[in-house]
Amino acid sequence: MALNSLGRFVPEVFNGIKRTPYNSAALLTPGGLEYARPVKIVRPGEKKLLSGLREAIIASGLKDGMTIATHHHLRNGDNILNQVVKEIDALGIRNITIASSSVHPVHAEIIPYIKKGVITSLECGVNGPVGEAASKGELDCPIIVRSHGGRARSMMTGEVVVDVAFIGAPCCDEYGNMNGYFGPSACGSLGYSHVDARYAKTVVAVTDNLVPYPVCPVSIPQTCVDFVVQVESLGDPKKIVSTTTRVTKDPIGLMIAKYAAEVIRASGLLKNGFSFQTGAGGTSLAVADNVRRMMLEEKIRGSFGSGGITGYFVDMLEEGLFETLLDVQCFDLRAVESISKNMCHQEISADTYANPFNCGAVVNRLDAVILGATEVDVDFNVNVNTESNGYLLHNTGGHTDTAAGAKLAIIVAPSIRGRLPIILDKVTTVTTPGENIDVIVTERGIAVNSKHEDLKKELIKAKIPVKDIHELRKEITQITGVPRPVEFTDDIIALVEYRDGSIIDTVRRVKE
Amino acid sequence: MSNAAALRRTLLYVPGNMPSMLQNIPIFNCDCVFIDLEDAVPLNEKDAARLLVRSFLENYKERNKEIFYRINPLDTEWGFDDLRTVLPALPDGVRLPKADTPEIVERLDTFLTECEENFGIELGTFKIIPSIESAQGVINCIKIAKCSSRVIALAFGAEDYTASMGIERSKTGEELFHARTRVVWAAKAAGIQAIDTIFPDVNDEESFENEVRLSKKLGFTGKSLVNPRQIDIVHKVFAPTKEEIDFALEVIEAILKAREMGTGVISLKGKMIDAPIVKRSSNVLKTAASLGLIDYEISDEVIYGAK
Repeated sequence: MALNSLGRFVPEVFNGIKRTPYNSAALLTPGGLEYARPVKIVRPGEKKLLSGLREAIIASGLKDGMTIATHHHLRNGDNILNQVVKEIDALGIRNITIASSSVHPVHAEIIPYIKKGVITSLECGVNGPVGEAASKGELDCPIIVRSHGGRARSMMTGEVVVDVAFIGAPCCDEYGNMNGYFGPSACGSLGYSHVDARYAKTVVAVTDNLVPYPVCPVSIPQTCVDFVVQVESLGDPKKIVSTTTRVTKDPIGLMIAKYAAEVIRASGLLKNGFSFQTGAGGTSLAVADNVRRMMLEEKIRGSFGSGGITGYFVDMLEEGLFETLLDVQCFDLRAVESISKNMCHQEISADTYANPFNCGAVVNRLDAVILGATEVDVDFNVNVNTESNGYLLHNTGGHTDTAAGAKLAIIVAPSIRGRLPIILDKVTTVTTPGENIDVIVTERGIAVNSKHEDLKKELIKAKIPVKDIHELRKEITQITGVPRPVEFTDDIIALVEYRDGSIIDTVRRVKE
Repeated sequence: MSNAAALRRTLLYVPGNMPSMLQNIPIFNCDCVFIDLEDAVPLNEKDAARLLVRSFLENYKERNKEIFYRINPLDTEWGFDDLRTVLPALPDGVRLPKADTPEIVERLDTFLTECEENFGIELGTFKIIPSIESAQGVINCIKIAKCSSRVIALAFGAEDYTASMGIERSKTGEELFHARTRVVWAAKAAGIQAIDTIFPDVNDEESFENEVRLSKKLGFTGKSLVNPRQIDIVHKVFAPTKEEIDFALEVIEAILKAREMGTGVISLKGKMIDAPIVKRSSNVLKTAASLGLIDYEISDEVIYGAK
């Protein structure tokens, strides 16, 4: 074990691979060449269309010990990963690694296949039951949690080699051109799977909406796609894009949102050319709503909104508050509709969005980002992976990438959640290092990272209730008391990677 | 923190039986809260709620707003227990429901005086805000407003009032016009504040804002609220205009000069400036400062002169 710079013990070798302990947010310097997949040829007249998933698995040459990937644009409506795993099992293939962009609660169906040895490791973060089962020690399946940018990096450097990528394609032709804009499973941007299309050794497009050649517009081109498979359905459209992304009505959430918007204004970043990102949570959207009003009042024309895009950002684009939306993932139907129609609503890959090892990702150009947390600590470290019960329940998403890239990374969180204090002495798991976090906003006060004394002065001038983070922690703990810490065993179930691949923390099995 | 001229624009109801909401009282930006032991609390939770409220108030040491609590009516089996249990935690006062006659208010006044004597605290510490919420209450409100020096405001309650009248409450409030006007008259004549009724539809912000505008126009200086989301709307509507702020600043400057000269009266642009005008101006400035419109702190010395 080695001690990283945040005081976390991390293994030097995990799942048979040597690991580098996290040292600072300044990023490691990459070396060598990009990973390249084998050169391909498809001769005139050759066909790519196969009759089913099983045939595609056979055609791809998938064997014991290989790695597969899917994307999570279909979110909790996704049916592809479960189907693929079932077919792999039926073919008697074992010891497979899943390197999808994320795993959702709907993928609880793969748990029996992990127990059976069909799936033996996960090169991706997990949301929900798979992580819970791992935390309880029910699975023998090492997990590597990466940010969106970190995943793109790991594939670019060849740290993770995907043998077969199954890309859900809501609109696809028989030669493999695809987009996510149209069809019963329309999900909008296919941003996360662009890297799969580029680096996976074999790419299988899976569609429930085969259209005449050529698909237009093309999001992922035919030149990357080996096979096309038509299936009855990619999943449950009702769960693919949620239509319930709405501004919160909770007074506490609204108060936090108001403060967060005031912080952005006081930072001086809210001027022409402003760039902004929020998530789809009710409080984040309430921040967007406040920022929108400020921009309208002060006649500010922003540059771009990025990340997961919601209808709120679409409205801001259409109102002329942003020039462009850079969209790696659509969060709701308004966003899906917009990306298919509006030239200024641009699909981007996870690489373009957040990869730290390229010639500059979109996150580097962000002014302000609003992020959530399950816990934060007095060093501003943020946990989004594990919950207060110690279970690994959430993937990192773009959290670490945007926090690192943006000029102003704001965490919004209620001070108390389910009777537990949100600010601790030490977070259970570090997802994003405090070095990358600028401000923490709760309804009981706002803590500013000590590296921003100027911002702190501005906020005090603007009568925003700034408090020292230790004071804030104390104030909250006076109400909640100090919760009994969760006990863990020594067994490491997952590693949390920083963007550059160094190990920022481990997740251990909970002592039940 | 009570004083007669305190800013009481927003008076938020918080159910007395819900710890998750009580714990947020310090962070809401309303001027006052009404912790409710009456309608919001089911019969089988009356005891527990009382103890919870007392315990909350005992631990809420750095009070940053006025705390009133609504007891059950005095003719119910809970009313006096509400008083006995919670008053030792020193709330600022009591919102008295069904204050239909001055006698009911006087009964409470007497009880509060006894408590203050027992606690050894200054007489008059506990304030009373009677709820005018029946036809009888509206008729008697002129006397109610003057029946005790503890009465610092009259609060109109339209839900019970319309029920007592056998009529429906509308969003535009024509049916409340006469009652509202009478409550305002009574309050103004007694030199106390007039607080308008709650607006129950939290999601209809437009109608709520219209009602707040109407309240302000009629002379109400505050509004009872059922949800924290309504606070900012009231503050916005009640915000003074730039002209009002500028005039108030001139008044304060003039009266400071007068105090230096050893008098409490001075003329400004040919108009006499005396205590009531200074008080109104000071309220304008306090309101403006609370909204961040000006950076100004005003002490009671300005209003009343140094002792």
